[in-house]
This record gives sequence, C-alpha cells and structure tokens, in this order.
Amino acid sequence: MKIHEYQAKALMKDAGIPVPAGIMVTDPEAAADAAARLVNETGNPVVVVKSQIHAGGRGKGRFIEHPELAGVNVVLDGIDGGVEATKAKVAELAGNMLGSTLVTVQTGPEGKTVNRLYIEQGIDIATELYLSVLLDRSTSRNIVMASTEGGTEIEVVAEETPEKILKEEIDPAFGLLDFQAARVAAGLGLEGQAARNGAAFLEALTKAAVDLDTDLVEINPLVVTTDGRVMALDGKMSFEANALFRHPEIVELRDPSEEDEAEAQAKEFGLSFIKLDGSIGCMVNGAGLAMATMDIIKYVGGEPANFLDVGGGAEKEQIVAAFKIITADPNVKGIFVNIFGGIMRCDTIAEGVVAAVEEVGLEVPLVVRLEGTNVELGKRIIDESELNVVSAADMKDGAVKIVELAK
Amino acid sequence: MSVLVNKDTRVLVQGLGKTGSFHTDKAIAYGTNVVAAVHPSRAGQTESFTGETDHSGVQGREDSYATDVPIFRSVIDAVDATGANASVVYVPPPFAADAIMEAGEAGMPLIICITEGIPVADMVIAKRYLQDRDVRLVGPNCPGVITPQECKIGIMPGYIHTPGRIGVVSRSGTLTYEAVHQLTLNGLGQTTAIGIGGDPVNGTNFVDCLKLFNDDPDTEGVIMIGEIGGTAEEEAAEWITANMNKPVAGFIAGTSAPPGKRMGHAGAIISGGKGTAEAKIEALESAGVVVAPTPTDMGTAMLQAMR
Repeated sequence: MKIHEYQAKALMKDAGIPVPAGIMVTDPEAAADAAARLVNETGNPVVVVKSQIHAGGRGKGRFIEHPELAGVNVVLDGIDGGVEATKAKVAELAGNMLGSTLVTVQTGPEGKTVNRLYIEQGIDIATELYLSVLLDRSTSRNIVMASTEGGTEIEVVAEETPEKILKEEIDPAFGLLDFQAARVAAGLGLEGQAARNGAAFLEALTKAAVDLDTDLVEINPLVVTTDGRVMALDGKMSFEANALFRHPEIVELRDPSEEDEAEAQAKEFGLSFIKLDGSIGCMVNGAGLAMATMDIIKYVGGEPANFLDVGGGAEKEQIVAAFKIITADPNVKGIFVNIFGGIMRCDTIAEGVVAAVEEVGLEVPLVVRLEGTNVELGKRIIDESELNVVSAADMKDGAVKIVELAK
Repeated sequence: MSVLVNKDTRVLVQGLGKTGSFHTDKAIAYGTNVVAAVHPSRAGQTESFTGETDHSGVQGREDSYATDVPIFRSVIDAVDATGANASVVYVPPPFAADAIMEAGEAGMPLIICITEGIPVADMVIAKRYLQDRDVRLVGPNCPGVITPQECKIGIMPGYIHTPGRIGVVSRSGTLTYEAVHQLTLNGLGQTTAIGIGGDPVNGTNFVDCLKLFNDDPDTEGVIMIGEIGGTAEEEAAEWITANMNKPVAGFIAGTSAPPGKRMGHAGAIISGGKGTAEAKIEALESAGVVVAPTPTDMGTAMLQAMR
C-alpha cells in the first residue's frame, strides 16, 4: 500500500527521523498561509511547493494544463520580496497545480490529478545522497542500500555505476548493528558530526521499517545540510499488504482517489484484479494461471483487458461480481473464462457464469475453458443454459477462439 | 522412488480449522497417513474423518475410510506420541510463522506451509529461526507436495496425478495442475510434484528441488514453472548449467505483465526493471532448458527435452 510523501514524513518524524518542516494543504489560501507560517517558524525565506500523488518523478513532471509548470516548485520570491511575495507566489502556484493533471515518468501519459500539496521549508543543501531499506529476496533478509548519487534514480545508478551502491544486510535476530550504520555513513563520505547524524538517521530508519512493516522505504535525496544535519528531503514509504491487519493507523492513510475503482471493488469480493489496456477480459482461478492466460492471449495476437484471479475458493457471488467488473470496462470486446478446477469445482464456476449472464446480460462473445474437478458437470450446465457460449478444448484453443471472435 | 514424501510419511496437521479439516479429509481419502493434529484448546480429543475412498490415491484400499486423528497441545507432544515426520500448516496468516517455528523447534524434518498471506517480516524471522536447524520448509502460499498414489500433503486435486518419471516444481498452484495434467495425458506421469509457493520469502527454492530430483534415481526429467519477480529462476539456470544431468523443461508466467504491478502473488512483481519473464526465459534457455512458449505446450516441451 502506497501513501503520500507528507504522510511518510509524518511517520518518520514520529520515529525520530529528521525531516524538514511542512504543511499539507488542499486550497491556494491555505497554501499561502502555510508558507507564511513556515517562513516565520524557520526563519528561512525559501519554501517549496510539492504535488502529492502516488508516483515518483514529480520534480521533472509537467502539468497537462500548464506545460511549463513542474510538479515541484521552489519559491525564492521571499528572499528579496519578503513574506508577502512568498504568499502571493505560493497562492498562484497552488491555484495552477491543484486540480490539474501531473504527468511523470511513473504516471503514464494520462497523468494523475493533484488534489493535495505539501508546502515545505527550504533547506540549505551541502550534499545529496540516497538511502533505502528493502527486502533482498535472494537472502530473505532486509538490506540497507545507500549511494552517494542522491537525486538520481537508483535503477540508473545500479546500471551505470554499480560500484557506487553500498549494501548492508540486516540480520533479523539483531537488527542493524552500530558498526554497520557507521560503515554506511563512512561509505557515504560523511565525517565528524555529520557521520554520527547519518548513522543515527539510518538506525532510526531501519527500526521504523521493521516496526511499520514497510516493503520499501526510500529517501532520495537524503541531504546533508550546510550545518551538518542529515535530513530526508524526499520520503517514500510503502507497506506490505499482508501485514496491514496489524497497522490500522496505516490503513487510515489510504487515499481512495489514488486507487483504481474497479480494483478496490474487486478487493471487497476477495478477487485479485488489475486493469490493463487490452480488449479481452479474463476470469481465471489462481494467480499463475491468470498471468499465463494473459500471456497466451497476447501470444495468439490479442491484448488482455485485465488480470483477474477469482481465488481457490470462490462461490457463485464472487463469480457474478467478477463478471460485472469485467463487463463494466467499455474496452472489453470478448471474455475468456479459464478454469482449472482443483478445490474450486467446475460446476460452481459454470453456475456462477450462467447466473452472471442472466443478471448483467452478455453483449460480447464469451469463451469458456473448463478442466479439472467436476468438469463434465460444469460443461453440461453451460450447454443446457442455452447461453451463447463457445467451449474451448484447452487454453490455447480458448485464446485463439476469443481473439478471433472479438475482432 | 520419489522425493520429500512417500508411503512412509507420517503427517501432522497444524491448524485444524475449516480449511485444514477439509483438506485433511481429502488427504486421508487419498491414502495419506495422517497421524496427528495440533490444536491448543482441543488437546486430548480426536477428530474423526469418514468418507468414500479416493481410488486415484494409494492403491488396494477398501471403498470407504474411517480414521480418528488424535489432537495434541503442541508439536513436540505430537511428535513424541506419534513419530510424525512431516507437518502441514493451515494456520491463519497472523499465527502461521509461529506455527512454522514451533515445528522447527520440534525438529520436524519437513514442514509444508499452505497458508497464503503471511506477513513478509514474519517469514524473514521464521527463515532466520530455521536457518541452523536440520529441517526443510516448503512454501508458504503453496499447494503442497504430492507423490502420486503414495502421499498427498496440501490442497492439490489428487486425481489429476499419476505415478511416473517427471519431477514437477512450481511457484504457482493452478499452473502446476495444468502441467501435471499434461504430463498425465502424455504418459510421462510424475515422481513428485512440489509447489514452492508464490511468496517473496519461501523455504525451499528451485535449486533445492532440482538437487533432489537430480539425485532421485526414478526421476528422468524435471519441469519447472516459474513466474515474474525475484531471481530464483536465474539462480536455477546457473545451477542447471553447472550440475544438472537430467533434461529440464520450463515455463515462465508473466510475459505480458506490466512493471510495478503485483500480479496476485506477493512475489510476482517486476520492480526496478528486475524479474522480467524475458530475462528468466533467456537464462533458462541458455542453460539448455526447453521453455514452453505457452502453458498448453508444457507437456510437449517436456517430451522435447527428453528426446
């Protein structure tokens, strides 16, 4: 689960991790007031106006409605013009940014609407670094990843200058040890007080990562200020879905406007659904088979409209819900139901499909492939329903048929 | 011959709730020797399983079965009393890692965890806990392990399996069934089918299973079914190049998956350009693995690899 930068920074602040002062706002007037307050409190005339969306690359991103305007803007007007100049500029920026559509490398060309801004104090930066805590799947342990190349995407650093990435493995029995934190700080070129601050930052960060069950904490850039403080200038946190049950305070940070409506609806029915851009709707049992079904549709020349795993124990109601979600997508020109019944019985699926078609109607071709437990019974239910359903002998046969019918 | 489980396997069930009871019944119907269960508040009782025998399982049995499974307070108690040598975990996600560690402490040689949705952090700790103990974890979030007509531990439908020559190892449940079904139809059958699960942190990996199958005299070839995310398939490819002396076929799910999206399984995600299906297929093919272009071709890919 993803959260916004301002929420991540609030969590970090609670965990004793230094972050700049900032205020989240949703209208231009509040933005101007927030800027004035930050200037007064910090004594720094510079403020930064940052778009809050669940996607990276905001600084280099541009608004569709205002192509010259970036997703993150530094306001320097207060240096000469005083706090009133800052307020005027922030209000103008906020007026243009709020409600507009920001396109970044991570949003796709359609972009994301900016509904929230984070107004943050300016920071006198001496050095920009990179820091993250994440799972290393090959060792089944968390690692700290650090680099002197702050501000650059870590994937790019890994590709071009892998020797500049430091890694430190965290033994879950002991946590990050002091000497490891000191080693990372030294590796980042920190000295004296900055080195001590860096090590303390890292220990607090790794502890927060474990306490909050994050699947990724990324500080890019981590900055050293001109007076030797170490701070999170940007902060990204995402949380491991399986552990959310023990973090109700994190669940409350969910921003429904950032989530796909159909995906959220599917979740309520215990379905795993991901919307894609193609025209063939898929309904499958099992994540691996669902992925493979998308693959085979593509292999025979079609494009899948979604990933949909109805799970191992779906009942009729879930099949009906799945069918509704698929048919609600106007791009869908055909539906492929692909079931290998194990625990899930083919007759249950067949009954669900028949009930769904009776309830929501069927305006596009439907191909059904059933195999496994109670397959004969399932096929008979489909045949006797007199629905306009095409049966498939196997997965490939089904994929070929639906792609042909959907043309 | 087979790997991991056979007719001598004595199974302990951890987590006798609705799901655990349902699948324990199916396992007993198949002929699996279920000797004990653990349930803290029902210690001293027995759970009775009765029904019609599943004749696709262990051969030569009567048409019905009636089995009383004794329930113990702890894994250690159950092992002491019954000599259980494999455990299956159906415990709900918040408590499943603890159940795995309890089995580890008792020295259970084989722990198979079916539970889906265990927090990754819990599995990181559980794996650390098992690290210096002489036990093997399979899963979590897996269909289990089956040696056809000998022992079925987990949630797979027994009747699609048939004794034979191929070792099956897979990260996905239903795709395993797909592969097994094709191997049954083309007459190759299976020695043992192992689901290693779709989570980012799991016990047994592809390389572990390849080693087992490589050393098993009855296994003549192996089919491995991978998916996007992580580097387990690439590591398997390296091991195959260096050590494998039997033919291997494979399939990788997720060639059409978009980056950054978690495709159902917690572990099935392309992140930071890593873990793509293309990279995995390329690694396997360069190790001499015959990779099926579609899941419908898994059986024929195996036949081709054996030629």
